[in-house]
Amino acid sequence: MDNIAGRKSALVWVVHISVALLILLWLFPTVGLFVSSFRTADQIATSGWWASLGEVEQNLVLRAADPDEFRVERNGRYYVEGNLFQEGVEAEISAWGTSSRAISKYQPGDVADLKKGETITVDASGNYTWSGPENRMKGRGQRVFVTARTPPDFTFANYDKMLFDETNIEGMTKAFFNTLTVTIPATIIPIVIAAFAAYALAWMNFPGRAVLIAIIVGLLVVPLQLALIPLLKLHLSIGIGKGYLGVWLAHTGFGLPLAIYLLRNYMASLPRDIIENARVDGATDFQIFVKIILPLSFPALASFAIFQFLWTWNDLLVAKVFLIDATGETTVMTNRIVELLGTRGGNWEILATAAFVSIVIPLVVFFLMQRYLVRGLLAGSVK
Amino acid sequence: MHPALQGVITIMFGIGGCLGYFYLANLVLDKFIFPPRLDDRGKNINRANLVRPWLFLAPAVFALGLYLAYPVFETLRLSITDRSLEGAFVGIQNYRQMASEAKFWEAMRNNMLWLIVVPATSTAFGLLAAQLTDRIAWGNIAKSLIFMPMAISFVGASVIFKLIYDVRPASNEQIGVLNAVWLQFEGGIGSFLFLTLLPAILLLGFATIVVYTVWIVLQPIVTGRKNTGWLAKAVQVALSGFGLYLAVLALLNVWRIFGAELEYGKPQTWLTLPFWNSFFLMVVLIWIQTGFAMVILSAALRGIPEETIEAAIVDGANPFQVFFRIKVPQIMGTIVVVWTTITLTVLKVFDIVFAMTNGQWQTQVLANYMFDKLFRANDWGVGSASAIIIMLLVTPILVWNVVNARKEMK
Repeated sequence: MDNIAGRKSALVWVVHISVALLILLWLFPTVGLFVSSFRTADQIATSGWWASLGEVEQNLVLRAADPDEFRVERNGRYYVEGNLFQEGVEAEISAWGTSSRAISKYQPGDVADLKKGETITVDASGNYTWSGPENRMKGRGQRVFVTARTPPDFTFANYDKMLFDETNIEGMTKAFFNTLTVTIPATIIPIVIAAFAAYALAWMNFPGRAVLIAIIVGLLVVPLQLALIPLLKLHLSIGIGKGYLGVWLAHTGFGLPLAIYLLRNYMASLPRDIIENARVDGATDFQIFVKIILPLSFPALASFAIFQFLWTWNDLLVAKVFLIDATGETTVMTNRIVELLGTRGGNWEILATAAFVSIVIPLVVFFLMQRYLVRGLLAGSVK
Repeated sequence: MHPALQGVITIMFGIGGCLGYFYLANLVLDKFIFPPRLDDRGKNINRANLVRPWLFLAPAVFALGLYLAYPVFETLRLSITDRSLEGAFVGIQNYRQMASEAKFWEAMRNNMLWLIVVPATSTAFGLLAAQLTDRIAWGNIAKSLIFMPMAISFVGASVIFKLIYDVRPASNEQIGVLNAVWLQFEGGIGSFLFLTLLPAILLLGFATIVVYTVWIVLQPIVTGRKNTGWLAKAVQVALSGFGLYLAVLALLNVWRIFGAELEYGKPQTWLTLPFWNSFFLMVVLIWIQTGFAMVILSAALRGIPEETIEAAIVDGANPFQVFFRIKVPQIMGTIVVVWTTITLTVLKVFDIVFAMTNGQWQTQVLANYMFDKLFRANDWGVGSASAIIIMLLVTPILVWNVVNARKEMK
């Protein structure tokens, strides 16, 4: 439609560039967290994450190999040769030195005089030749200060520590499984309850139906903040207390209005013929519901399931009020992260890893089921 | 018992229990209570069909009543009683105490700011993104990337943005992007362009758009072309007045921008800057909600009949006129829906403030104030009173939704 009346192509480029900029702006924060979770504490503290994507110039202190073990004798002189960097590291040295007061005294290939007949030379890729008389070539390896450009260097150590290290009391594994334990029943149970109610509201005639639908639309926006104290009191008084059962019930209750609303709208749009034919053929309401409506409503069920999954997985408030007791055994990931923000405010390698562990599952679900999420959003926003 | 096992059992009990309940209840109704036998077969079938809907609805109605409707009234009751006096009736004492607290008014002020800034910015960005991405081939990929923050928890987003706002001493390298960018500015011509001229132009642009919108809204009323109800007129006039107020505010601030003295070369602790820190928290929510606005508005934009746009272009409308006078009026209903939905999210925003500042440095909002009162001060009276305030703020939207839904049903 934009081509009619001869539009200019210059504007198209502006659009492309603006969208690209918008995307960069929107992705930048998440990418920062993602990249940071693969860096060591030292790297994070000394440079911004954006610097780690290209080559970084670093000042490093390295050491030649142990002379007592590796020295070889040639013509009365002792030599130690090798590479300053660990195997697999490719770096380019731009300057080096042998004293902390003059760390860039020499160029690659220069020979440094270490007095009393001892010399060392280092080339750009880190190969060194260190030599001297026997009495000098012992003890620890010679220290070398280098200014080197190192390629991007990332590590899985943070994930190892936060997920697989059983001695780490700050680990996320337990919280991860707790979150999963909260999420799955809290997603499935409201669907079943809501589906039956939605069927009744869509396809059964009874007095008070319109009022009930209006009430559900109203409940859709009631802030769950109002429910915290009354329900906690209720749970404590009937013996559920704080725990999984309580949080499942709470999530079920809070999710129901949206579930009923979405499912009812979808079911009401199904063709009337199918249902009436089934009725004529003698099917009961229960059979119609289970055999016809439920399979046909799959897209709406999926939409709601994604909503409820994202909402329960990402929730902090409901878990804090109904689930997490004084022992902290049942903590969920969001709560864990808030605790870490308090105790480890500056340790970004821990925070970034913990946060990324908690957002990776929702992101995967999001990208796989985006179609249903969008459909649910379009149907769920009250028109 | 292991929680995972407990979870599996609960799922089985929950689903099995529900299905079993529905099946057995139907069976009992048909076979035993109203069996279609003998003389009153027809009567019994009718009777059974009268009861059946309520069988289907019973669990949902029970859960809704217990978990959403009852708490509203119980919270109302708690807000006018005192827990320490064993639940004695104290009238509006809790509300009075709340009104005497500076922190409450701070929360109210901030909430109002959130209520204006977040829905407006998210909707505007969403509209912009929808309009732009609808015109290009790779628009769907672009959309899904802008939409992605929807999947990220408020807590996760808080960590993401805390890293952006991070501050290190001036002698160290900055690892937060915002400070790294800030230190690039040294007060030269670049600083003037980006930190003075650009904000001033943005504010002027904002004021222009607001005035233009107000003009479009008021034009039919002033010229008396459209006959709408007096209530609609009153709302339109009130909103226009508010819009003009915002525009004037924006213009006044343009002067302040030119007079402002900035601390170049000093890393800033963004989250403790008075007044502005609230905006840094709002950015997190805007970042999340823009995708939502974009998805809904993009669907609405696609639903606009092409003939209207073609007709406008043939009549010589420029792109801006097409957008503001043809497209926007046609999707006004959707814009209102997006706006109100984001407003609801804003009213309930808790996690972001809780995780990033916990209401310190004058960033308190109502939901966090309430949590503070309920679970840290253990003051159920004042906590419930503030929950009722949130409910009151939600009520207009609630009524509006119900009225619209009823209209649609007819």
